[in-house]
Amino acid sequence: MSEPDGINIADEVVRLISVADRQLRTTYSRLTPWQKTQVARHPDRPKAKDYIEKLITDFTPLAGDRAFADDAAVLGGMGRFRGRPVMVLGTEKGTDTESRVKHNFGMARPEGYRKARRLIELAGRFKLPILTFIDTAGAFPGIEAEARGQAEAIARSIEACLEAPVPVIATIIGEGGSGGAIALAAGDIVLMLEHAVYSVISPEGCASILWRDATQASVAAEALRLTAEDLLRLKLIDQIVPEPLGGAQRDKTATLYAVGLAIQEALSNLNGTDAATLRQRRREKFLAMGRETIG
Amino acid sequence: MNWLTEYVRPKIRTLFALSSVPDNLWRQCPSCQQMLFHRDLTANLKVCSHCGHHMRADSTERLDWTFDENTYTRIELPRPVADPLRFRDTKRYADRLKDAREKTHTEDAITVAHGTIGGQKAVVAVMEFNFIGGSMGAAVGDAIVAAARLAVLQHVPLIIFTASGGARMQEGAISLMQMPRTVIATRMVKDAGLPFIVVLTDPTTGGVTASFAMLGDIQIAEPGAMIGFAGARVIEQTVREKLPEGFQRAEYLLEHGIIDMVVKRTEMQATLARVIGLLMQQEPKAAA
Ligand SMILES: [Zn+2]
Repeated sequence: MSEPDGINIADEVVRLISVADRQLRTTYSRLTPWQKTQVARHPDRPKAKDYIEKLITDFTPLAGDRAFADDAAVLGGMGRFRGRPVMVLGTEKGTDTESRVKHNFGMARPEGYRKARRLIELAGRFKLPILTFIDTAGAFPGIEAEARGQAEAIARSIEACLEAPVPVIATIIGEGGSGGAIALAAGDIVLMLEHAVYSVISPEGCASILWRDATQASVAAEALRLTAEDLLRLKLIDQIVPEPLGGAQRDKTATLYAVGLAIQEALSNLNGTDAATLRQRRREKFLAMGRETIG
Repeated sequence: MNWLTEYVRPKIRTLFALSSVPDNLWRQCPSCQQMLFHRDLTANLKVCSHCGHHMRADSTERLDWTFDENTYTRIELPRPVADPLRFRDTKRYADRLKDAREKTHTEDAITVAHGTIGGQKAVVAVMEFNFIGGSMGAAVGDAIVAAARLAVLQHVPLIIFTASGGARMQEGAISLMQMPRTVIATRMVKDAGLPFIVVLTDPTTGGVTASFAMLGDIQIAEPGAMIGFAGARVIEQTVREKLPEGFQRAEYLLEHGIIDMVVKRTEMQATLARVIGLLMQQEPKAAA
């Protein structure tokens, strides 16, 4: 494929791709916390549903909190991970307008957290390890949610994670938004994707309260230390799962594969640990948090 | 004495509104706007004698009102890393902490003490709303864990008076982790077969509500206290609806089955003594 002037097109394409790759790599290695927040919220990033479809076989969805409703913002069910029966929970944001509305943009109501608690307790009785996938802006702020005890539902869900007599592996796959995220993330091993964010409040919310100006979100994102790297340094998460070049949205298959490997490793590390030891170590892990600093 | 309230009081109000009302003389009820004589207000545990409004109280007042004969022992609390993120918004967090300490004379947004209530031993933790909005960071989490450990050690109930705007944003995800940490504290008390009693006071919201504050064996609230997960403004912006009358107030929570009882401040000590007596299977003495 040689041109008259001697330039080899194929070679040139390879060269350009590698330049583009290098630029992408540079860009993604230097993302600011606010840019990471954008990447974490990217509509094309794999969602909880993708992880369940790819990593779980025999998936058997389970619905409802047995008291009021089924909350589609929280996916739940049993299935097999690498052949081993597990319980799976995930906050699902949806991928198009219709599914986003159906899943309430990933913002769970009390029913969602009560379903989570029910399934965690069920998993405990039948010795199924629990895998959770977290991607939520936070718990839903609504009149009915408050009337039905949103705060209590979240508190009980955290408690259920902490009390579980089986391994709890939590993965922050996109946005780990505040109480709505920790409700499903008080686990033995907490994994976090490279470009995911995990924060006590959204940068916009923080900016509007502390700076009284929501446009200061990028400054707030910086101050909040919400990146995977920061959380690992603070020992608030256990491991970072690297994302493919250019972020999880560019190569879903590679992302799902990497997360699958990390979960497998986490599970095998906890294999054979008895219930009392698991619970005790989980408590000690959380009680030890807060001793690290970012200077 | 209507003539007094209608004619004399408003004049006093105008007069004093221009200068500043000496703290030690008169206070205006934020609910009914009546002027209240400080000595009467103190005697009535900062409850308005006209409308029954429960004014906010600091941690020392709470401890005085809760323990027998205003007698109790404060415990020294762990001192976690200050300003772990070197956080700065319009002000440095380190400076906010310093200012709050000067203002409240407490180390952080919580105080823990032990003593007797109706002759029965108990550990009491009280949150301080004046300290950065009673927000929960590592110090509050550590204090609650310490209070739980003390209750277990003494084999006595743990009572927590809450007052908090939620998480301490200036500690980022460390403040978020206080939710599981304080939940663990509640489990320690419960696992030891001891009662965990929560008294929700105005206001209690956010991450505090969504963790230990909703896990009491007995959930008590003061009249009119604002208690919820999400802030009213956030909810209004999200659902674009007018919030119902009395939304997120103690009485609303009682009606919706979220708490056991709404108890007036003047009856709080006697109620706590009775509840402890019943759960611990002992006979309280008449509280003093
Ligand atoms: Zn009044």
